[in-house]
Amino acid sequence: MPLSPVETLASIFVMAIVTFFTRALPFLLFDRGDHPPRIVLYLGKVLPPAIIAMLIIYCLKGVTFDTPAGWLPTLLAGGTAVGLHVWKGNDLLSIFGATVLYMVLVQAVFV
Amino acid sequence: MDRKTLAAAFPATVPVLMGYLAIGMAFGLMLQTAGYGVGWALLMSLTIYAGSGQYLGVSLLATGAHLSQVAFLTLMINFRHLVYGLSMLEKFRGMGLRKFYMIFSLTDETYALLSAAKVPQGVDEHRYYFAVAMLDHSYWIAGSVLGSVLGSALGFDTTGVDFAMTALFLVIAVGQWKKAGSHLPALLGGGATLLSLLVVGAEDMLLPALGMIVILLTVLRRRLEEVPEKKEESLCR
Repeated sequence: MPLSPVETLASIFVMAIVTFFTRALPFLLFDRGDHPPRIVLYLGKVLPPAIIAMLIIYCLKGVTFDTPAGWLPTLLAGGTAVGLHVWKGNDLLSIFGATVLYMVLVQAVFV
Repeated sequence: MDRKTLAAAFPATVPVLMGYLAIGMAFGLMLQTAGYGVGWALLMSLTIYAGSGQYLGVSLLATGAHLSQVAFLTLMINFRHLVYGLSMLEKFRGMGLRKFYMIFSLTDETYALLSAAKVPQGVDEHRYYFAVAMLDHSYWIAGSVLGSVLGSALGFDTTGVDFAMTALFLVIAVGQWKKAGSHLPALLGGGATLLSLLVVGAEDMLLPALGMIVILLTVLRRRLEEVPEKKEESLCR
């Protein structure tokens, strides 16, 4: 612990403020009484699918192709999540099923 | 917060419960290993509330980074949040003081849940959003405190439970895909991020990816934008 408690508090405070700032900026810029510019509303509407796709790729960034253990559990469990969801359309079932499968695969099958 | 709203919001947040307990515990454990006990874990999860941001925070604290460096790196890792609010401007309107909390708690997962939210009939949508945000935050706090207290003493092997986050995003993507008029935003988001991963690597992939996404979506506006409402049209032109 190279920092004193006060320095630690200061660091945490800075992290909290900066994190809040990144989340608040769109509201500071565009959340006035009148309506936000159309381009902003447009981006707000089309961004979610693009962002979710970005987060999926981000979640998969640790996948490697050296051994099957590096990519096969992710492929199987990811495919299960999508497959279950297209088939049954039940959020919890898809997420739970895929996660349990993934845990079994990484803990017991591809060790 | 009334029970009816909590009961309505809870099922939607269960995937985040699983994911946040897992990655929150990993955070608490990391922080513990770096020499900071449960009080610090609680404080950070209460006031910062950012997954990857707090992971970074552990190494910043452990190395005694200068405040300017703390500010700069935190900004870089949380940069993607700059655009999340754009989709929430309308949703959070009229939420009064609760809006500050909604903005504070707009993590990747809460953003994902809120943009996909199907508010049940008879439930006030603003209360529902607030309940989702608070539940998610409480899971995160619980996870980091548990991780700090229990440490590696936990008997149950939780390896891989964080896949719940990936599965959550996949399931939301499937839902969006079914509803979408155009699949271009999703394909473009995935493509741009993949390209960024291959070119710049896993460490710094998000900023270029986000830049490409915003630029491409802006360029494609004419193609993707629905016919605007007549009233708006006459006001703007």
